[in-house]
Amino acid sequence: MADVAVSSSVNVKRAVLAEFWYYFRENTGAVIGLWFFVLLVLVAIGADIVAPHEPNLQYRDSLLVPPVWQEGGQWRFLLGTDAVGRDVLSRLIHGSRFSLFIGCVVVSIALSGGILLGLIAGYFRGFVDTFIMRVMDVILSFPSLLLALVLVAVLGPGLVNAMNAIGIVLLPHFVRLTRASVMAEREKEYVVAARVAGAGRLRLMFMTILPNCLAPLIVQATLAFSTAILDVAALGFLGQGAQPPTPEWGTLLAEAREFMLRAWWVVTFPGLAILTTVLAINLIGDGLRDALDPKLKRS
Amino acid sequence: MFARKTALAVALLAATAFAGTASAKTFVHCSEGSPEGFDPALYTAGTTFDASSNSVYNRLVEFEVGTTNIDPGLAESWEVSDDGLEYTFKLRQGVKFHSTDYFTPTRDFNADDVVFSFMRQLKKDHAWHQYTAGTAWEYFNGMSMPDLLKSVEKVDDYTVKFVLNRPEAPMIANLGMDFASIVSKEYADKLAADGKMEDLNQKPIGTGAFKFVAYQKDAVIRYKAHDDYWEGRPKIDDLVFAITTDPSVRHQRLKAGECHFNPYPNPADLDAIRNDPDLQLPEQEGLNVGYLAYNTKVAPFDNAKVRKALNMAVNKQAILDAVFQGAGKAAKNPIPPTIWSYNDAIEDDPYDPDAAKKMLEEAGVTDLKMKIWAMPVQRPYNPNARRMAEVIQSDFAKIGVEVEIVSYEWGEYLKRSKDVDRDGAVLLGWTGDNGDPDNFLAVLLGCDGVGGSNRAQWCNKEFEDLIQKAKVTSDVAERTRLYEEAQVVFKREAPWATIAHSVVFKAMRKEVEGFKIHPFGSHIFKYVDLK
Amino acid sequence: MLAFLLRRIGLLIPTFIGVTIAAFGFIRLLPGDPVLLMAGERGLTPERHAELLKQFGFDRPIYEQYFDYLVGVLQGDLGNSLVTKKPVFEEFFTLFPATLELSICAIIFAIALGLPAGIIAAVKRGSVFDHSVMSTALVGYSMPIFWLGLLFIMLFSGLLGWTPVSGRISLLYFFEPVTGLMTVDAFLSGQPGAVRSALSHLILPTIVLGTIPMAVIARQTRSAMLEVLGEDYVRTAKAKGLPPVRVIGLHALRNALIPVITTIGLQVGVLLAGAILTETIFSWPGIGKWIVDSISRRDYPSVQGGLLMIAVIVMLVNLTVDVLYGLVNPRIRHQR
Repeated sequence: MADVAVSSSVNVKRAVLAEFWYYFRENTGAVIGLWFFVLLVLVAIGADIVAPHEPNLQYRDSLLVPPVWQEGGQWRFLLGTDAVGRDVLSRLIHGSRFSLFIGCVVVSIALSGGILLGLIAGYFRGFVDTFIMRVMDVILSFPSLLLALVLVAVLGPGLVNAMNAIGIVLLPHFVRLTRASVMAEREKEYVVAARVAGAGRLRLMFMTILPNCLAPLIVQATLAFSTAILDVAALGFLGQGAQPPTPEWGTLLAEAREFMLRAWWVVTFPGLAILTTVLAINLIGDGLRDALDPKLKRS
Repeated sequence: MFARKTALAVALLAATAFAGTASAKTFVHCSEGSPEGFDPALYTAGTTFDASSNSVYNRLVEFEVGTTNIDPGLAESWEVSDDGLEYTFKLRQGVKFHSTDYFTPTRDFNADDVVFSFMRQLKKDHAWHQYTAGTAWEYFNGMSMPDLLKSVEKVDDYTVKFVLNRPEAPMIANLGMDFASIVSKEYADKLAADGKMEDLNQKPIGTGAFKFVAYQKDAVIRYKAHDDYWEGRPKIDDLVFAITTDPSVRHQRLKAGECHFNPYPNPADLDAIRNDPDLQLPEQEGLNVGYLAYNTKVAPFDNAKVRKALNMAVNKQAILDAVFQGAGKAAKNPIPPTIWSYNDAIEDDPYDPDAAKKMLEEAGVTDLKMKIWAMPVQRPYNPNARRMAEVIQSDFAKIGVEVEIVSYEWGEYLKRSKDVDRDGAVLLGWTGDNGDPDNFLAVLLGCDGVGGSNRAQWCNKEFEDLIQKAKVTSDVAERTRLYEEAQVVFKREAPWATIAHSVVFKAMRKEVEGFKIHPFGSHIFKYVDLK
Repeated sequence: MLAFLLRRIGLLIPTFIGVTIAAFGFIRLLPGDPVLLMAGERGLTPERHAELLKQFGFDRPIYEQYFDYLVGVLQGDLGNSLVTKKPVFEEFFTLFPATLELSICAIIFAIALGLPAGIIAAVKRGSVFDHSVMSTALVGYSMPIFWLGLLFIMLFSGLLGWTPVSGRISLLYFFEPVTGLMTVDAFLSGQPGAVRSALSHLILPTIVLGTIPMAVIARQTRSAMLEVLGEDYVRTAKAKGLPPVRVIGLHALRNALIPVITTIGLQVGVLLAGAILTETIFSWPGIGKWIVDSISRRDYPSVQGGLLMIAVIVMLVNLTVDVLYGLVNPRIRHQR
């Protein structure tokens, strides 16, 4: 009896996944984005093996060597070197670790905090709800980058603080989404049934209601992932994010700025890395939205 | 309708003004930041001084551009009483204040202006003592003028007497500093009558080579040549400060000919500037010193031999390469070479790790562990303290000394490093104020500074006697001799490892003539011409 | 309608108080003793230190400081800048026109390109044009604009020499500010070439700042149009045999524009955030650069005031958008 129930639920899950994959695959852009993303993850994991050089190793005899295809380029530095002789490609490869790490941490902060606060607000309503939502309104009144910038100035410049700040700034979107879903779901029959069956509050909140609000949260999380990478890079660019010599992409750009007119490659490649990564994630996000949103699916 | 009319009138005015200056010589200075205001006595930043004291104002005495020597300014001559307590200045006659569209002077510069300029800073109950929010007279206080100055009196229209509480030879140099700029009392009176005292800080009137025209916040400051300037009219007609905070943009504007002068070129661009036929790049040592101050009150650093050994282990050339990237010179004395009395006969400690190691052993010091404090901020005398600390760390490791690098937030760093029982050696530095050796030696190494600005907590009788004697002697030759001797004592006792003086570079267009780098870091354009 | 308006404004009050607490709180938590930082290496005596703390009001209990701050804010007093000693309010409004001018140009640029592109893409759904617009929009949406700005300077100012490097107008031109908007002032000045010069300084920052809003507007317009085009009344209109231009222009567009206007309103926050980066790159003397500079100079009151003023602007714009939305859409007005 129990076995049957388990296998049927597994079957259902498999069917849902299969349907999801079917729709996702329709979207060529999303698939390309996904492949690129997978590649990026592999590169980040294997950075020590893939990267031709140590990211912080300075070749004092090869400063500002141009990329290999340009006159004066060297094969050992495919994308050239920076002002103190570090290999640009290796720094970019190691930088991918930071960007993915940043995305994961920020999304975890915003998602977990957002879900928790959203569930509480939507489930309990009343004063708690009002309070939480007003605080979120306050956060939303500030342009995100400005708020993050000031927060980082308060907490002190650095990668960890930059991630925390961006996480807080992205929080309201998740709170609002969760709260709206919870409020839509809490009076539905299955929830009422579970409550009648004696499920506790926590169980109701996390086990019964939450799984049914997940789809929009997943889409939002993808968007937050790309926003996080962009904003932390922007903070790094303003000198408030990761500090040199960390090869974080935004920080690379900030360091490269003074060489803008002499060495185009130190400026161009980090930006290109940010752009393609963010683009890939946004493509995936679009695909996810199309695949998960039943309304758009059929139109 | 009215608004439209005024707009048109303004436009017309501007158009005529423009037509008049079209063929004029305009010198554009790509300045590195916005001035905080235009009353130099309120501020301490060089950027503000360039826009105010160096262009608009004069002082009783002036530093000869390019040196720390003192020349007559608005005072033609002065006498010091035998007890060193009274300074009597004979003022220059016929000096004209600026005449602008917001103020027309009715009289020449006289003693009233001098008395006003100082009394407003000195007397707490002066009507102008708090004329704008947060007025702190930072530099006046920083130079201990309230303790030093008893009174400033008018003897007659062209004679002023300064009375001091104690003899102080650097007094004359202090009067050449930015806070001692002479403002117009007549203008101040008019502003007070109109209820617009704030304007003294927004629309300056001075006797300087350039008169203020307009300031568009964070964008442009405009000046015109002062036709009646007492040293003779400047050769350029218009002076423009184009505020450009970003160094790469400044470089780009200089190259594009949008400006003539870049005060702080990027180290990365220096080679490009040298090789550009349209540009020139003069250089000079800055009026500063970067040092590593041991705590001479804590064992084993209370032993001069230990300090000397450590100094011999510091590879200054490696620091110059890694930290200054060519924009620094090794320091052997606690004062920079642009200051008079710099003792060039002193030999620097040789870089010799083996000898250093031996000396440590002789002093009975083994397995030494120490902390080195690295400042969290960039300073001219130390562009990257962290990196400097790392270099010293590896140098000291070679003689068996283990170094831990610590750092604090800047305010905290400044405060904690003053503690007498501080653990560790501190990286810090100093930028001179008035070009007087006293400003370095007494402030940084005098006994009064222990627990304060004397980060080595070093109080040496011999050294102290020399600098105290020099402080009350007004004869420059005698003072020079005393300071030279003090530097010998300093070198022998080694309370610091003197690391480096920065080298300043100024990038400018080829057609710029007559510019001299000023040791105080200020940019003075009154003698500049364009070919 | 009045009730609706009042309710919306009433909702703003707690948010406004929250914003003041945030602006005040953040800044008071900034690390470092401001007085010590001002003194630098020179240092100062403990007496002088205490005197200055008192002068700036840093010595009193925090809630008193906040209360004074709030009372000041309500009277338009945001304190004085620690650096220039001038009122922050005044400083803000001296620089605001520069940001306003740039933002207006950016939003015009974004609408002028994004709106038609979105409409045409929706009408020609699935065409090559649709695909290229959507890909471009996605790239724009993913763009690190600080990098785009650097590329532009490298290419157009450095390599090709087409546009000036930075600033708002060539230094050759000089006139008293009338409106604070450089293009308008240049026009009023009547000086030949001034307008041209001001515009040439505007081009690159405008494109950089307008990129993301343009992408968002194009995407939003397209999806709003698609939704409307699928509605019954549009199909009916088509079936009636109305010419396509009329169907799209009159029936579809009017309804699709409602969410698009909301989107445009929401871009104000995006623009102000983008201004921080764009102004920093192009040395544009506006609010964004001022705040970044103030943070590095630890000019507490300026950061505080700037943060607050920007939040108020965002709130007011959101309120306006809300009210406009309520005006065109009665269903919203009567909710709750």
